[in-house]
Amino acid sequence: MSITEFLTDLLNPDLAFLPKALAIAVMSSIVCGVVGCYVVLRGMAFIGDAVAHAVFPGIAVAFVLQGSLVLGGAVAGVATALLIAIFSQNRRVKEDSIIGVFLVGAFALGIVIISQAPGYAGSLQQFLFGSITGIPDRDLYVVGGAGLVILGLVLALHKEFVAVCLDREMSRAMGLSVFWLDIVLYVLVTLAVVISLQTIGNILVLALLITPAAAARLLTDRLGVMMLLAPLIGGVSATVGLYLSWSYDTPVGGTIVLVATAVFLAAWLFAPRHGLLTRRWRRPGGQELGDDAHPSSRPALSPAK
Amino acid sequence: MRALDIEGLDVDLGGRPVLRDIRLHLDRGELVGLLGPNGAGKTTLLRAILSLARTRGGTVTVEGKPSRPGRSDIGYVPQRHEFTWDFPISVEQAVMSGRTGRIGLLRRPGVTDWRAVGDALDRVQLTGLRRRPVGELSGGQRQRILVARALALGPRILLLDEPFTGLDMPTQELLGDLFTSLAREDRAVLMTTHDLVAAVDSCTRLVLLNGRIIADGQPADLQDAELWTTTFGVSVTSPLLKLVRAT
Ligand SMILES: Nc1ncnc2c1ncn2[C@@H]1O[C@H](COP(=O)(O)OP(=O)(O)OP(=O)(O)O)[C@@H](O)[C@H]1O
Ligand SMILES: [Mg+2]
Repeated sequence: MSITEFLTDLLNPDLAFLPKALAIAVMSSIVCGVVGCYVVLRGMAFIGDAVAHAVFPGIAVAFVLQGSLVLGGAVAGVATALLIAIFSQNRRVKEDSIIGVFLVGAFALGIVIISQAPGYAGSLQQFLFGSITGIPDRDLYVVGGAGLVILGLVLALHKEFVAVCLDREMSRAMGLSVFWLDIVLYVLVTLAVVISLQTIGNILVLALLITPAAAARLLTDRLGVMMLLAPLIGGVSATVGLYLSWSYDTPVGGTIVLVATAVFLAAWLFAPRHGLLTRRWRRPGGQELGDDAHPSSRPALSPAK
Repeated sequence: MRALDIEGLDVDLGGRPVLRDIRLHLDRGELVGLLGPNGAGKTTLLRAILSLARTRGGTVTVEGKPSRPGRSDIGYVPQRHEFTWDFPISVEQAVMSGRTGRIGLLRRPGVTDWRAVGDALDRVQLTGLRRRPVGELSGGQRQRILVARALALGPRILLLDEPFTGLDMPTQELLGDLFTSLAREDRAVLMTTHDLVAAVDSCTRLVLLNGRIIADGQPADLQDAELWTTTFGVSVTSPLLKLVRAT
């Protein structure tokens, strides 16, 4: 299918779900891209994983009670995030063990709950792999509003988040409340995951959080640039992914994630400074010497006579 | 008024006594070396001074007031491995991160903050590398960033945790000189180290610690071998004694 046909379909009133799905996919990947930067830099991918699992029973309950799935997921996810934050302050128990114990359990609980609802098989597939149909209008506003709140909080607390990522001990010494900043960050991760569940699905949502941010990290050594690149990569992956999924009738979540993964691989191979191939191509003679505190004072090498 | 006054400090960790009856005073202009074997409680003492470790008893007074995180006039230089060196951030931003608490919530660094960072970088001679990502620096340069980050608050007390570990002799000497001149600029500097030679050489006073304070005095007054064998739990034939010229 050509791009023009895709655009026509987007504007076709009979296919009203398509622009809605695109809007939600793009908004959630932008939010996930930004929040994912902290997740990648702090090496806390496990939090995203944990939350993605733990959200499931909440969604299942909401589904059985016919309530808002986003809300149900958010409640369960935030509860989990709080538990992890509290447990991980005590560094004696490794976080991943805790997650191993009760988060897979939570996922199992979700499956049991949802199996009680009639006609659950189809819905189960939707939760797990995402879908672009059947998104209520209300979700558009919920996702948009939540996205703005998340980005606003990131903007407000960025300086503090960076300080805690850099050095927890020093942050405590400065009088920052590391515990509360952890909680806020975990809750932001949870909300980013929850608003992305609809299109991407439960199983793949972690990729939306990690892959664009990891690709951006490969492309730059500057945090500000990284936090602009990651949502850009996420948004483009979502758009291209949705287009491909619509054209070739592939599952939307999987296609979006595959596009993002392709971007990551490209960055890994061709990144300007650290890319695998870029490094190889660079001539060994062009390597910089290790320099001292005053690089400008280093005498220029004169060509051999 | 003393820069730092510790009286009768007791600290327990995990239900075990780690520090007992610590009494220690610091004046401005002093560079004090805190020496002791692994597990002696050196880091714990620094954390107690910052009131990051819960104390069981005793008082820590900084410039006449009880110590409080973020309020007391203390610059802290934790061990180098506490810092996330692969973070995508420049040298000057890393130093600025030391002022996060001072700048306050919802505020951005202003002119004063950037001036403080510039001065701190000058002080440790890293101005030429200010835009370099922190991950692309040598161990000595990294240590100087951490010192600059502490100096960016303009503190009158400086606590350094093992600043020499893993550094070569020239770099140690450079840092040692830096600490000496920082102390001469009317600061009180307390530094833990396993580098006994450097400590004996550059510190104005040495404190031997192993759960409790075993000795406290000028290097020249600590030549009784027994003080060192008690602190470090070594035998009288240990080369350590030659290192510190104790008999
Ligand atoms: N979180 C903790 N819980 C329980 N015990 C602890 C904890 N942290 C440290 N300890 C114990 O407290 C004692 C003092 O530790 P501390 O880190 O202060 O030693 P140190 O003198 O800094 O040693 P090093 O030279 O190895 O850095 C050690 O015996 C250690 O086992
Ligand atoms: Mg220590």
